[in-house]
Amino acid sequence: MVAAAVDAAGRPGNEGALLLIELGAVVVVLALLARLAGRLGFSPIPLYLLAGLAFGVGGLLPLELSEEFVEVGAELGVLLLLFMLGLEFTADELGTSLRMGLPSGLLDALLNFTPGLLAGALLGWEPVEAVLLGGVTYISSSGVVAKVLADLGRLGNRETPAVLSILVMEDLAMAVYLPVVAVLLVGSGMLAGLTSLLIALATVSGVLMLALRYGEPISRAVFSRSDEVVLLTTFGLVLLVAGVAQRLQVSSAIGAFLVGIALSGPVAERARDLLGPLRDLFAAVFFVFFGLQVDPAAIPPVAAAALVLGAVTAVTKLATGWWAARRTGVLARGRWRAGAALVARGEFSIVIAGLGLTAGVDRRLGALAAAYVLLMAVAGPVAARVVDPVVVAVQRILAGRAAAARPARTTASEQEALGVD
Amino acid sequence: MTNIEETQLPGVGVRQDFVTKGGRRIGVIAHRGGHRELLIYATDDPDRCRESVRLEDQDSRALADMLGSPHVGHSMAELQQSVEGLTIDWLPVREGSACAGATIGDLEVRRRTGVTIVAVIRGADTLPSPDPDFRLRPGDTAVVIGTPEGIQRAFGLLRGT
Repeated sequence: MVAAAVDAAGRPGNEGALLLIELGAVVVVLALLARLAGRLGFSPIPLYLLAGLAFGVGGLLPLELSEEFVEVGAELGVLLLLFMLGLEFTADELGTSLRMGLPSGLLDALLNFTPGLLAGALLGWEPVEAVLLGGVTYISSSGVVAKVLADLGRLGNRETPAVLSILVMEDLAMAVYLPVVAVLLVGSGMLAGLTSLLIALATVSGVLMLALRYGEPISRAVFSRSDEVVLLTTFGLVLLVAGVAQRLQVSSAIGAFLVGIALSGPVAERARDLLGPLRDLFAAVFFVFFGLQVDPAAIPPVAAAALVLGAVTAVTKLATGWWAARRTGVLARGRWRAGAALVARGEFSIVIAGLGLTAGVDRRLGALAAAYVLLMAVAGPVAARVVDPVVVAVQRILAGRAAAARPARTTASEQEALGVD
Repeated sequence: MTNIEETQLPGVGVRQDFVTKGGRRIGVIAHRGGHRELLIYATDDPDRCRESVRLEDQDSRALADMLGSPHVGHSMAELQQSVEGLTIDWLPVREGSACAGATIGDLEVRRRTGVTIVAVIRGADTLPSPDPDFRLRPGDTAVVIGTPEGIQRAFGLLRGT
């Protein structure tokens, strides 16, 4: 219908108008979806993905959006998502979490990266694609987790530091994972690949060290009383460093992330407030763009795989949180809550899959990642909500059964003896 | 002494909590954005917050006032400094203490402790250089200057019943 309008009018002036109308309509639809998600208490990410699927080729309502325009918007979305991720934690917090939470972080990576990697191998995919899928299943959605914890009034709970420290560790892991993936995706020979990987990792650790040591003077140099100046400086820096990182084949995403890490103090606070709305806008565009690239017809064949993968990685995240909370001296109920809080996957799983799609890997990765995130972004908050009542009910049943199993004739002295034993 | 536990919440702020004499755990999160969150933990599950209340700046101040710790003393604590063996300190006059209602002259603070009351903070007002016949009231905060030992004694004197 829309395409017909172009043919009929055909004048270039109308094309500009049409672009605005289509884009405006899409953004208004996204606004409605975000409102709906808010009403239902869900993350809007799965709805954005569905919108992308619907507007894309083979969808319910295919639009001929200006691909270039949307693509640039989507790329900005990725950069801003990673910049804000870097901004989220101060260098200090990274250090503390690294000291306290390293074992939990390693367990998290082991338990949640492996299922994706194995699934990729089982599906007969290329190694790069399996590594990407591992990343998709590994990273919890820090956005969804933080929102769920705040909504449920659990920020003060004693298991929450364990949950947050896992998120911080995943954050750090991204700093290593993204350059590795960038190199794998370029797919040069063994030696060239290894060289560029070493360059990438050296750059990343160099910038991290700089950020830790000189974060304050850098931030002071960027800071200004004027919101406008802070906005333009930080946004410009993000694009600039991302571009340079891309040039050095370190991946633009990691460049943006490192800028976020380097900024701290007042300028970080201001940047969070000022760039947050920009991030929301472009991240929404990114999720739609990702959906556009996935052919809805490709989803049913991978739906079963997504379901199994979802079930397995929900259990592995539960186990991760359970163990991490136990390490910090939290009791049974809190351990389960910590595990369930981590189940949600979202924006960063899509970012990782998106890196693959941009580099032109097998389209099935996009379909599987979309199906997986659709599932987990909805299942995560639900799991976090229901876990506590379920655990209490199970504990009650178990206690009842234990009481029933204990023979009535057991005398007090026998019980004492059992207790001593 | 109450044992206050402090925990970093990466990306959120800092949580402080303690167990009351009655065995309940309560705490406060100082959010990075500036507001606070009052936490009251559940009794059936010691790790769970049963209630969390968001407190803006003015709310925290009001609550602190109600709980009897003069907020102004807290914010001034940073100014506290030692100058050549002398210390400036803020001593609260508590409800039911013997000095509430007494004049500074009656208390003989300077003669007994060597400490001088240089000002009295009453509500939002700061009253500098109070006279000997200035009458202290419960809720006042005396700003004193003296040696650390003297201030220790003055603290006992002002608190005494």
